[in-house]
Parts: sequence; C-alpha cells; structure tokens
Amino acid sequence: METIKLKINGFEVEAFDRQPLIEVAEKLGIKIPTLCHNPIIEPYGVCRVCTVEVRHGRRVRMVTACNYPVTNGIEVFTESERVIRNRKMIIEWLLARCGNVPVLNKLAEQYGITEPRFGRGTDDCILCGLCVRVCQDVVKANVLGFFERGPKRYVSTAFDQTSDLCITCGACASVCPTGCITVEGLQEGIYKEMPMGPITPIHIDFMQAVPKKAVIDHDSCINFKTGGCKVCVDVCEAEAIDHSMQETEKEVDVGTILLSTGFKLQDGEALKEYGYGKYPNILTSLDFEVLNNANGPTGGKIFTQEGKVPKAIGIIHCVGSRDKKYHEYCSRVCCMYALKFAHLIKEKIHDCEVYNFYIDMRCFGKGYEEFYNRLLKEGVNFVRGKVAEINDAALDKSEEGKLILRAEDTMIGTVRRIPVDMVVLCLAVEAQEDAKELSHFFSCSVGRDGFFIEKHPKLAPVSTAADGIFIAGMAQGPKDIPDTVAQAGAASSAMLSLIQQKEVEAEVVTAMIDEETCSGCQICVGLCPYTAITYNKDKNKSELNEALCKGCGTCVAACPSGAAQQKNFRDSQIFAEIKGILAV
Amino acid sequence: MSSDKSGFEPRIVAFLCNWCSYTGADLAGTARMKYPANVRTIRVMCSGRVDAQFVMKAFAEGADAVLISGCHTPSDCHYQEGNFKALRRYYLLKKMLPQFGIEPERLRLEWISAAEGDKFQEVCTEYTEQIKKLGPSPVKKGVKNG
Repeated sequence: METIKLKINGFEVEAFDRQPLIEVAEKLGIKIPTLCHNPIIEPYGVCRVCTVEVRHGRRVRMVTACNYPVTNGIEVFTESERVIRNRKMIIEWLLARCGNVPVLNKLAEQYGITEPRFGRGTDDCILCGLCVRVCQDVVKANVLGFFERGPKRYVSTAFDQTSDLCITCGACASVCPTGCITVEGLQEGIYKEMPMGPITPIHIDFMQAVPKKAVIDHDSCINFKTGGCKVCVDVCEAEAIDHSMQETEKEVDVGTILLSTGFKLQDGEALKEYGYGKYPNILTSLDFEVLNNANGPTGGKIFTQEGKVPKAIGIIHCVGSRDKKYHEYCSRVCCMYALKFAHLIKEKIHDCEVYNFYIDMRCFGKGYEEFYNRLLKEGVNFVRGKVAEINDAALDKSEEGKLILRAEDTMIGTVRRIPVDMVVLCLAVEAQEDAKELSHFFSCSVGRDGFFIEKHPKLAPVSTAADGIFIAGMAQGPKDIPDTVAQAGAASSAMLSLIQQKEVEAEVVTAMIDEETCSGCQICVGLCPYTAITYNKDKNKSELNEALCKGCGTCVAACPSGAAQQKNFRDSQIFAEIKGILAV
Repeated sequence: MSSDKSGFEPRIVAFLCNWCSYTGADLAGTARMKYPANVRTIRVMCSGRVDAQFVMKAFAEGADAVLISGCHTPSDCHYQEGNFKALRRYYLLKKMLPQFGIEPERLRLEWISAAEGDKFQEVCTEYTEQIKKLGPSPVKKGVKNG
C-alpha cells in the first residue's frame, strides 16, 4: 500500500493512503473522543463527536475522524478552537436527546458544559448503531435493526418481539457506549454455568495449563453458532487462529505408557449428615480452593453465599476417609491443605474463628509439623473429634442463619455445639471411576480401593505388572504434590531407560509344537486366543508362530499327545515340581 | 502351625497364575500376612495352563487337596480367556475325581486378583481347615510314591 505524509496537530506522520484518520491519530497517541466507533466494526460516522478540522491547501473542512480517509499533504487539528466549539455543540445536541447518560455527562464535563442550551432528554440510546452493526456485520445474527424514521427512530428486534435468532452473545451490550443494552439474567446465568467466574470463549484453560496456550470454546464461540465474528482472527498478529480446525483422532506408536490419570473428589452429597448441597455455605475443599483463589470469582475474598464476611468457619477433616462406611484409607493430603486453609483464613479475616475437626493430625514430612505448631500459635482452634452432623436448627437468636456443628471433643470429653458461618468438608480423594476399565485395557491391575497397583511397593514402585506401563501420581494412591512430582520423575526416568535400551526382550515363555509327535488333531488351533497356531494341511501338523504367541500355555494343557510344550513350563518340569513340593 | 488332635497336616498344591493369583500371593507376602505352610504353590503363566494331568499327578504324588487359582472372570485374565479354560477343566475334574475315589471337595477353584493378598490368605487358611476336617487323601494308601 502506498504511504503518504500528513500533519496532525503539527506533527508530521506517515500513513497508508486512505487509512481512517482516527487510526493514524491513535498511533500517534492523540486521542479523539468518539462514541460510535469500534475498531472491529466498519466506521459509520454517526455520533459526530470525533469531528476534527482538516486543511488541504486553502480548503478547510470539518470531518469525522473515524471514517475520513487520509490523503497526502493534509493537515489535521484535533483540538483547535473551532473543533472544540463544534464538538461542544454536538455534545449538547446529544444531551438534548439523552440527558442522563453517564458517558455523555462525562464528555460534557470535559468540555465545560454545565447547562446544555437545548435541555436534557430522557432517552438513553444515542442511535449510534454500534449494536445494530455488530449484530449484523460481526456476529451475523441479524437480530437488531433500526425502526421508524426521523425523530421516531429507535433500535429494536423485529416487531419488538423476543427473537429466536438471538444467540445471547452479549456483543450488543458490550459495544453499547451508553450502557443502555443489558442482557437479562446474564450475571446469574454466568455464575450458574461457570462457578469460577466469567470467561470468554477464548481463554487459557487454567493457570498451570500445559501447553499454556489459548483455546476456543466450541460451545460459546460466536463463529460456531452463526459463522460470523472472527474478530480474533483479525486481531491475532501471529495468525494462529483457524476456526476450521477439527477434532481428530491420531494413532501414535509408543514404546512406553504412563498412567497418571489422577483422582476425583468423593461426592459430598453421599454424606447426608453433613448436608452438602442442602446448605449453600457448606463447601468441599475444591469449592473453597476456588473461592479462596485470587483468580476466582471473588478475587480471593472469602464470602458466604449471602455475601457476608464469615465470623467463624469450620473445617472438617477425614470426611469419607478413614471411615469404614466409605474409604478405609487416609486421603493423605487433607490435613495439610486444611491447615493451609486455616492459615489463609486467619490471614485474610483476622477475627474469624477457625475450627479444625480432626481424628488425628497427620503432619508427616519436612516442615509440616512445624506448620501445625505455627497454626496453634496463630489461634486456630483444633477439636479432636468427628463431626456428627451439621444442621441449621438455631436455639436462640444469635444462632440464626448459622450452621450448627455437633461434635464430640474427645480431649475434654464432652459433646460440643459450635455455630459457624461456613463449613469446609475435606472430602476423600477417590480413584477415577474408569480406572478399572483402563486397567483392563492396559493389562495392569487396580486394588480394592480402585487405585492402580505397582509391581512392587518398594522395588518397583512406578512399574506395573504389564511391561512398559508405568504409573504416577494420585492414580497410584493418595499423595501430595511433592510426592507426585518425585514419583513422576522416577516413572519418566524408568520409561526413558526402557527406551534407551533400543531393544526389548520378547516373551521367553512361548509355546512350541513338536512336529514329530503332533497328530494334527487341531484342538490347540481353536483354543489359542492370539491365533498364533495354524494348521498345515500338507504336513497334517499344527504350526506355531512364536512372534504372536504370548505364552499362556492353554494349548499345552489341552494337547492330548504332548506335542505342544511351553518353554520353562514343560509338562515334565511341572511334574518334577509337583513331586518336589510333595516330597516332604 | 496349629494342628488338630490327630496331628494331621494336609499337603495342598496350589496352582497360581502368574499375573493375578501369584502376584496376589506375593502381595500377601509383602504385606506380611500369614497363611498356613500346608499350601505349596506352583506358578504357571495362566490358569489355562493347568493340565488335568497336573491335578491327577498331584493326587498321585500324595497331595491331600489341589487349589487352582486364576484371574477373576470374565475380563481380568492377562491372556484374555485362560481362566475360562481353567473353569472348564475344573468342572471336568470335579466329575472325574470321584471315579478315582477322591472326594470332589479336594479340588477347589478360586479367582484371586493381584490386589487380593488378603483373599489369598483367607482362602488358604479356610481350605486348610476344611481339608484337615476331611482327613488325609484316600489315594495315599493305595498308590506308591514315585
């Protein structure tokens, strides 16, 4: 594109021929006020607030900067006396229609208008048409339009009816300069669907995502609904966005596989006595983690569901763990994160009473016991005893609206009744629901608790019974992050060493068929689950493909003539073994 | 080892598949669970490898009982369906043993997974007690060892 030269407020700049003037000014850092302009939408020049003075030779003109194409040699003044006078007039006219719109009042204040000459109107739409244009040109939903003419002109949907075509993208509301468009129930809807707070269709999944790349949510992206928008494509300088990409299944040949499928939190509603799901101020540990997170919906501030700062919080340990009714095992992480919660609550709300209900404090490992001792000094209350029930049955006025925890304090030997504003349940960690299915798929096994079993607890803690399949993390059993990282490191180096060997020893214990003794009865052929045995018609013998044989020995056990034998497990060897163990 | 009044200590041969039951027995070991020394284990790659001959041989050699153990049906078998083949032979042997004068209770089939060290212990203990009550194998008197 051809470049040309022009002057803005005395500064000489280079720009592309016919580039919109507002863009050139913006690059120079000169701000021109505008209401109807948005860089993603074609300029329209309707609000006139961006009016500037353009001189070309002896010709002087007042133009709108948003849609004025620059040409060579023009001189622009954005803040000249005439511009200011003109702009003031335009703002006053706008105020005559919309007298109570904050953005206009702010502009009026900037330009020193206290009492507009034409009065103040009560409308709140300045008819800039941004919403109409964004709906038609960008979103391509074609829901909004202008109706009537002249002073009666207004923005609405067809026949003023709720439109089926509206996809509730909210684009109109987000571009509206006066804020007169709102989406009904947007706020509540967002928090219902996204408890973590609103996110845009393009987002980075979570802070620790690997790879840390933005993704487009198929369900909420406008492009997948109407085929329009694609604003992101225009904005992305790396040209990385491609809406036509499809989900594909890829087959990858690998030598080793690591199963680190993690855990899930126990369903809190299964424990009826704790009322999770019934009382909104009872949270699971993960709910609280979200609430407490600086990136969370409250920005890390701790509030109850009613929006109050809690004065007392109860944290219940071992919910579902170390409990014969649910899980016999210790979930291992709860004690420490419960202490972390208590510490953070004390840090954020100094006068909040924190009650930890525990069976035993299991502060294993480096620095953990010290952390517990520190919390004792911080004034966190520790009650040794399991909470029997949580309800909201208040005995007097002071207990109204609170959650009542009833627990036996085994240290002082009495049943306590503690009213709190919020309860955090440290629910048990559980194996993934499909872990057993996965274990069948990979020929390894899961324990009774559903976690994958290692080959040997001490000698092969990251291997499984199946060669080349390794395990790490919570999928193997409850463990905290340092342990998981250590185990994952061990598993990956074990996998690497297997890859480094370049060669893998094949199954040694394959079957073999003695051609001399085989009678060609073909019993073995039908029994082999791996189709490793074929019948040779010419020789009237069964033949074994050693590469396919996995060495189960089913054929050997079935062979009536003893022609089929298994290496290391020959009939004669097992007979000798039987004889041996029965000799004494 | 506890013994009953007659002092009879049965000898039980256990055929354990490599992937589930033998590993389960291993787990019982690493977990330091005790099971009676009456049970003597033989590792085979799969319960499908257990030939009917093995069982007969064991009785002929003087075993008081035989335990076959493999992976849980239907889908735990490392070799897809070896446990079903063991099951078929088990029913066959159950019919065959009385013809030799051996009580069918002297043969037992159990599914024990790699995670069930405690089940292995339970089965061994319980089966030993059962055989103790049943008394020595009738074969011992009639067949010469060797």
